[in-house]
Formats: sequence, C-alpha cells, structure tokens
Amino acid sequence: MSALSSLPQASTIAPQVDALFWFMLALCVIVVLGVLIAITVYSVRYRRGSPADRSGRLAQSTGIELTWTLIPLALFIGVFTWSLFVFARMRSPPEDSQTVYVIAKQWMWKAQHPGGQREINALHVPLGQPIRLTMTSEDVIHSFYVPAFRVKQDVLPGRYTQLWFTATQIGNFPLFCAEYCGLDHARMGGNIVVMAPSDYSRWLEGHSGPQSLAARGAALFRSHGCSGCHGPDASVHAPDLDGLYGRWVHLTDGSTVIADDRYIRDAILLPKQRLVAGFAPIMPSFSGQLSEEDLLALIGYLKSTSSVANDPPAIGSESTHEHD
Amino acid sequence: MNATVAEADWRANGVQVEEQYDDAAQQREAATLGMWVFIATEVLFFGVLFASYTICRILFPQGFAVASRHTDMVLGTAETAVLLISSCLIALGARAVKLDQNRLAAGLLAGTAALGLAFLVMHGFEYHKEYAEHLIPGVDFMQRGPQAQAVELFFCLYYCITGFHSLHVAIGVSVILVLVVRVLRGSYGSQRYTTPELTALYWHLVDIVWIFVYPLIYLVGRAG
Amino acid sequence: MSTIDAAIPVPSAVHSFLDRDYSLRAWLSTRDHKRIAILYALGITGFFFLGGIAATLIRLNLVEPNGLLLNAETYNKAFTFHGVVMVWFFLIPSIPATLGNFLLPLMIGARDVAFPRLNLLSWYLYMAGGLFTVAALLGGGVDTGWTFYTPFSTMFSNTNVILVVVGVFVAGFSSILTGLNFIVTVHALRIAGMTWFRLPLFVWSMYAVSLVMVLATPVLAMTLALIGLERLAHVGIFDPALGGDPLLFQHLFWFYSHPAVYIMILPAMGVVSEIIACFVRRRVFGYRFMTFSILALAVIGFLVWGHHMFVSGQSMYASMVFSILSFIVAVPSAIKVFNWTATLHKGDITFEAPMLYALGFVGLFMMGGLTGLILAAPALDVPLTDTYFVIAHFHYVMVGGSVMAYLGGIHFWWPKITGRTYPEGWARSAAVLMFFGFNLTFFPQYILGYEGMPRRYHSYLPEFQILNVLSSAGASILAVAYLLPVVYLLWSLRRGGTAGNNPWGARGLEWQTTSPPPQENFLRPPVVREAYAYDEPAP
Repeated sequence: MSALSSLPQASTIAPQVDALFWFMLALCVIVVLGVLIAITVYSVRYRRGSPADRSGRLAQSTGIELTWTLIPLALFIGVFTWSLFVFARMRSPPEDSQTVYVIAKQWMWKAQHPGGQREINALHVPLGQPIRLTMTSEDVIHSFYVPAFRVKQDVLPGRYTQLWFTATQIGNFPLFCAEYCGLDHARMGGNIVVMAPSDYSRWLEGHSGPQSLAARGAALFRSHGCSGCHGPDASVHAPDLDGLYGRWVHLTDGSTVIADDRYIRDAILLPKQRLVAGFAPIMPSFSGQLSEEDLLALIGYLKSTSSVANDPPAIGSESTHEHD
Repeated sequence: MNATVAEADWRANGVQVEEQYDDAAQQREAATLGMWVFIATEVLFFGVLFASYTICRILFPQGFAVASRHTDMVLGTAETAVLLISSCLIALGARAVKLDQNRLAAGLLAGTAALGLAFLVMHGFEYHKEYAEHLIPGVDFMQRGPQAQAVELFFCLYYCITGFHSLHVAIGVSVILVLVVRVLRGSYGSQRYTTPELTALYWHLVDIVWIFVYPLIYLVGRAG
Repeated sequence: MSTIDAAIPVPSAVHSFLDRDYSLRAWLSTRDHKRIAILYALGITGFFFLGGIAATLIRLNLVEPNGLLLNAETYNKAFTFHGVVMVWFFLIPSIPATLGNFLLPLMIGARDVAFPRLNLLSWYLYMAGGLFTVAALLGGGVDTGWTFYTPFSTMFSNTNVILVVVGVFVAGFSSILTGLNFIVTVHALRIAGMTWFRLPLFVWSMYAVSLVMVLATPVLAMTLALIGLERLAHVGIFDPALGGDPLLFQHLFWFYSHPAVYIMILPAMGVVSEIIACFVRRRVFGYRFMTFSILALAVIGFLVWGHHMFVSGQSMYASMVFSILSFIVAVPSAIKVFNWTATLHKGDITFEAPMLYALGFVGLFMMGGLTGLILAAPALDVPLTDTYFVIAHFHYVMVGGSVMAYLGGIHFWWPKITGRTYPEGWARSAAVLMFFGFNLTFFPQYILGYEGMPRRYHSYLPEFQILNVLSSAGASILAVAYLLPVVYLLWSLRRGGTAGNNPWGARGLEWQTTSPPPQENFLRPPVVREAYAYDEPAP
C-alpha cells in the first residue's frame, strides 16, 4: 500500500519498509495531533481572564511522568524490534542471488555482469530474481540508491560493500548517487531496467562482451604471472587457489578468515597484511598494476574454479576481519 | 557585599581576590576545578590519536611491530625517565611553595623546566635521526618492503602524537620558567599557592600522556 | 504587566553596564560577561545572515530542475558554506554565548563568570575562527560539504579545505573555553541558598551543554587537525590506498557531531522552559524529571553517533546497537515535550511574542524529533538517509527548534539586556510569519525525501519541481520573517519604551535587578527561593 505516494514498491523489501514507515508515521501523527490539541485546548481554556477552574494544580507527579516515559519506551522497543527484522532481511541476500559487480567513479556507475556484459549508468536485471551487487569505488565514497526498491548502500574505495534486491515490477527505475562525491554528484544517475526473464536472457546474449568475467580473469591470471607461482607446475610453494573461493583460510597469527571477495582483493594488493599459515611472505603486491575491473575479473575467475556458487554469506561488513 | 572579606584576604595574605569571588578559598576552588575540566578536554583531544592508533594497530600488528623497531628505544626510555623525575620534582616544588620555602621551590621548578627542556632536546635528536633514515611520511619516506604502508601509518601517528605532546611540554616549560621567576620574587606562599599547584597538575597530565605514548610507540614487538 | 521594583533604585540613578564606558577600546577589552554576550550577539547575527545568504542562493537555484542560478561547482560551495557557517558560527555558539553569557551569572546571583578574561578570549577565538573561515569560504570556496567526508576532502577536493578546517579548529577552542567557564561558574559561584535543585532549567541546560562542549569539541579539533595533516602530507589514516580507513574519519567526526546537535538543542530547551513558566505563570511541570532529562540527553547523546552511518559500510550489529540507543535518547526529549504541555494545564496564560516562539518551538521540535525516530530505525534510514527527508528532519529541530527558541529568548530578555521594550505587535506578526514560512519551506522536503530526491543535488529530476518551488516560496517568507526582528529590535533601541526591572513579572534572579543591570549585576543581594515560585509574589 503506497497509495499516498507516487513512489512504486518495485522490490520484495519495499512493501515491508513501507509498512514500517507508514506505521511509524501514523504513530507520529497521533502524537503530534495529541500534543497540538492539548496545547490548543489548554491555551484556550487557561488563557488569562478565562473562568476555568485552576485550583489543585499539580507541579509534579511521578506517576504521570513514568507513564509517559515507559509507554513511549515500550513503543520504541516494539518499533525497534520490528525494524530489526526488516533490516536483517535487507542485509541478507538469498542463497540463489546472482551477483553483478558495480564500480562507481566520479561521476558514473559501471556495472559488470558475470557473462562479461558491461553497462554504464544502467543496470539490466530480470524480474523476480534476487540480485546481489558487489560494489567498490575507484575514487571517493559514492552511494548506490534506488528509491523504488528502497535500497541504498555507500560504495567505498578500497573495499567491497554489497546490496541486494529482488525486483517485482517491470520498468525503468531511477538510480541516484546518494553520497556527495564532488562536482557532478547530482548528475551521477542512471536507471535500473527490470525485464521479464526471457527478455533479460535475450538482452544478455545481445550484449555479451568478448569474454565472460571469469574468462577475462583467467587471462589476467596468466598475463600477470599469477599462474607462475599459483599454478600446478609452479616451482614456488604458493597456496593452491583452485576451490579457494568461499573456504576458510588459516593465517599465521592463528586466526581464520573466509576467502571472500574482499579477502582476495586484499591478498592481491596487500599480500603481507594477512599471511597464510605455512607459507613464506614472498608474494609481491600488485597494487597499482590492476584496475578495479581487473580485480573483479580475477575474483570472478577464482569463483569459477570453486564449488561455491556465490559469495559466502558474510561478505564485507560482516566478515571476521571487519573492524568497527 | 563581601568587600570586607576580600580586603581581609588581601591585607593578610597578599591574595588578590577577583571581584566575582567572595573570598580566596572560593577563587582557589574555582581555579582547581577549571584545571581539572581542562585536563578532561586534553584527554579527549589526545584520545582521538590513541583511538586511531589502536584501530590501526589492530589492523596492522606486524607492520606496527616493524615500525616500532625503527624508533630509538634508548632515547625513548631516557625521555620517560626524565619526565617521571620532572613530575616528582614539580610535585616537591609545589609542596615547597606551600611551606614557604621559596628558594627550594624555585630550584625544584627550575629543575623541572630543565628536565622538560632535556626531553625536548632528546626528542629533537630522535626526529633528526628519523629524518636521516627517511622516515617522514609524505615528505621523505623511503621505506620499502612488505609492511611499508603500515610503517608509514605508524609514523604518521607517531609525529602527530609526539608533536602535539612536545607542544604541550614546551608550553609547560615556558609556564614553569615564568613561575620560577615569580617564586623568587615572593609572589607565592603558604596562602597563595594555587598557580604553582595547578601548573604541577598540568605537568602531571603531560607526563601521564607520555606514559601511554611510550609503550605504544617504543615497545611494540620488542618483547620477542 | 506590573513592575515590582519599589525596593530597588530607579534605573536612571544607576549606571548600567551599557553606559559606563562607551569607547570601542573599553568594549574590546571588557571582562564583563554582559558586554561579551553582546559582542557575541553581533558576531552571531552577522554569521547568521551570511549563512542565510547562502541558503537564499540554494533555494533560488532549486526553483528550476536544471538549476536556475548557479553552476554545480558554485552550488556545491554554497551548501558547504551554509553548513559550515550555520553549524559552527551560528547554532553552536548562539544561545550559550549570548543568552548564556549574559544570564548565567545573573541567574545564580553571581557577579560574573569564573574566568572573565578567558571569556573574552573565547570571543576573540570565535571571531578569529569565524573571519578566517568565512574568508576561506568566500575566497575560492570549499566544496566538501560541512561533513568533510574522506577521501574526497583529503585527496580529491581542489579547494581551501585546510584554511576552513583551521578556522573551525580555532573556533572550537572558543566553545571549549566557554564550556569550561560555565561549568566552573555553576559549581563555584552560586549565591548562598541557590542549591542545585533550585536552579532555573536554563542554568541546568547551560551546565549540561557545557559538559558536552568540553568533552566533544576536542575530538572534533583533533579530527580536523588530522584532515589538515592528511591534505598536507598525503599520508593516510583515512586514505584507503594506504591501508587507512575512510570510516574511521566518519566515526571520529560523528562522535563529535552528534553531541554537537545536543549542544544546539539543550540551550534552546532551557530558554523554552523559562519562557513557558513565565507566560503560564506556573512552575514548570515535573522539575526533577526535566533536570534528569537534560542530563540524560547530554550523556546518551554521546552514545548514538553511529546512526549517521547505517549505510556507510558499518556492520549490521553496530547499526543495531546504535539504533536502540537512538530510540532511547528520544525518551528524555519526549518527557520534556509532555512536561511543557502539562505546564500549560491550569495556568494563567498570555501570548506575547516570546510565548509564541516557545509554543512554536514545542510543536516544530516535536515534529522534527519524531522524524528523527523514523530515521533511528535502520530499515527506514536506508531509503531515507542522504535525502531531503534528513534535511527536513534536522531543519525542523535546528531551525524550527533552536532558532525559534533563540529568537524567543532574545525577545524575552530584550528588556533586561537593553532596558527597552520592543513593539509587541510587530514581534507577534514576525513570529507567526516565521512559523508559517518555516513550515512551507521544510514540510515539502519531507515528501521530497520520501519520494527519493537525494541531498546536495545542484539539479534534480523534473518530477520534484513542484515541491521544490513550494519550499523556495516558503524560504522567501522566512527571509522576511528573519529580517523583521532586526529592524524593529534595532528601532526599539532608540524609540522603544523604557523597561522596568521585571516587565513580565517573571521569577528568576535576573529580574531582581535593574534593566539593564549594573556592571556588578546586583546592587543588593537577590532573594533566593524555589525555582519558578509563581505561586508567591515576586520579591
């Protein structure tokens, strides 16, 4: 029910968000009306010169105070709990989500589908299919915002953040950048194009790039010499990357981390930061040699050699090495 | 309303009670509370740097260990000893003022200032050494190797923390030197000791900040 | 309006603090808290109108979807200018440095603040920081937004970030020293008989605000220093390319900037309590709960900063903790709104201009605060953050709240400060016009935000135009409403009536001395009773 607004409810989470919003709004309206009516009534009835009875006025009452302390507190806790469930759902992409990679830069959005299709300032998605966006920025903080889906997530340089949605209406829905990022922040917009699944397949075929993401990543893996150490014939003792994606990795300091998108990116750019147990710290850093798109391609390649179909559930904000 | 009390204070003790205060005792209480509030602000001020340091160290434990080994532990330890002794001296000096032992007090305060200066000189040597070793991030930083980025972060924090701390030491030394002169002139005594006492409090803060700085900067990764 | 001043010498026979020594030099070297308050008022008014000019440019520009007036670069500088000036050079100092400085010693029966020279230094620091910042903002401008998010502010902006940051740093120390002064003043200089629970709520709010200023502002100072350092030396605590973390900046920044909003609202609440008690002629309902609410806001306000970061990449669990704390911090505010309303019950109410401002505050603050609750729920904050919904929310509390309370306080204490009465008819009209103009300006922005218009946008989609035009129309009315008081208040200095000691018949200690007060505040010791003793005759 979004009869009061022209904003469509175009995702599965949108009605849930709206329900909470309208409930809270209704509560707010009730409180505002209540207080405003009380103020008006009192102002009229007790204006100077009115004949109203003013005897027996209370200057304090612990009972009354506790009432209007505890009732709001209880309401707040109730609303908070409700909000918690909706929020948890917003942050938990389903197992069968398809990943699309998004790279933000001043002042455009670049999207890459696993099949190699690339888009600028647009994102084609199929109806009814959970889509998970893994996003990073090439420069400053941006924010991926689709009002019709009720989703927003800041996109940061140097790390991956994620956002997921399932579109429930066919059409074009505006995409905005919602974190001020400089000169053309206001023009950094685009469209999410939701298509029927069959149309979407046709679109994918029609727009496929020369290579899938994984194939491109495989080429980079060879051209940048990764296979020299990590390949099966390597003379150097380096971790085997086949099937690495999504597995737990043991580090020299005794902790374990999960090999998700972020771990792989860090391992390529800052290899000495988290050393793998049992291996010498001899991997060189590729910082400055690979673009964000290259990194995503390599990740795509490693994913393709792994049995894990998707990002492990705890990516980015919830992974073990997150600091907050 | 209280002119008579204030005048009595002035005549008896040479205490100049400002007009917003009823008597010298109230003035002293206010000044003391003021200094404690100021110390609280300094804790929050340095707290930002300590918090940033903590987060960075959790992220880069090995890098910070490597970086810490580039600091001069001998000088750092000497500086710690110097500051601790100076705190002792200034505490004794403030006490001497209260006991009307002006010459002793002046000597102790001068000693504190001298030790403070010694601290600054030693730290100057440290900075010079770090400059020679190309350890100044952004300006002249030539560390290479696996932990280079973490080392650069460490040194960025190092210069911030020690820089602001040294600024506070320098201010303290200046104030103490002025105090020495005024103590010798007889401006303070058993009835007028607020300023030396609060200066000592400030100096203790400077010392305590350093006590946190020392292990965080100089002793990371030295145990093994 | 009775004046009860039979026992106190007639004003003309006494030198007030205003007419003892007129020279510029005397004013610029004064240690009198009352004169310092007026010096601040001049600065604050100037900065308010500078920030207002920026707001005018912004609202004019937004009349057209493609931006009517400004190119993107200038627009970005305009909203940065507006935010920096309004937050640090208007809202934060406004009530504490003007009304607080003037009234705090009077309300506790003191002759001045604890450290008068420090007080004057605070003003110089404020003016220095302000002039420096404005010069930097005007000379080339800064385009980072008032929040200086990294890495844009440290690595990508080509503007005078360091200069602005230095200016704010300097002004921050003004805040810290004022807070320090007030804390010691309240502890040490209360007149005999003025116990803590007899203090007016305005004093309680000044005390709580001072605690926040003193503990939060140093964090801002160091954080800004780190921004400056990073720009200068290109080393990255906040730079991801060096392993640094842009989120660390956000945590440090908001750790100050959330308590900062309580610095902006607590004094306003204090003013409103004084005004309502006076014009209802009753004790404020629930005095103790009010004082505990003030302290609770100050303390809990330090624990909620992460609600500015729900979509920043912060962990879900951190967000949940900040969310529940943000709901909890709304409780003391709710208590205060209910208590003000209850104060009206069985009162003897009149509706002079200060009362209109105070009632306007209660309504508008409540609306802004409730939308804050909506934003406290992360599930709702996700679509609404960084949109006009947030802009509407904070303008309701800061402008509908703090600014209205500030103006209410200026009117309420105008007779005491200047010895003149202002023209009541004009004042009431301005208050009503302001209320109407304010709502027309900012209510459409709630809708714009819900519909998805992001903030800090120089241009926007055409479907948002109608609401933007409405908002800009409201802004033009607001502009008139803000200019009116300047005109008639200045007019009253020459042509207004003479005010007696207690034109409103109020009960604070400040009303037991002449209007304006003499330099030493009281010619004879004021009579101390329970706060808001309206059931007894004025002393």
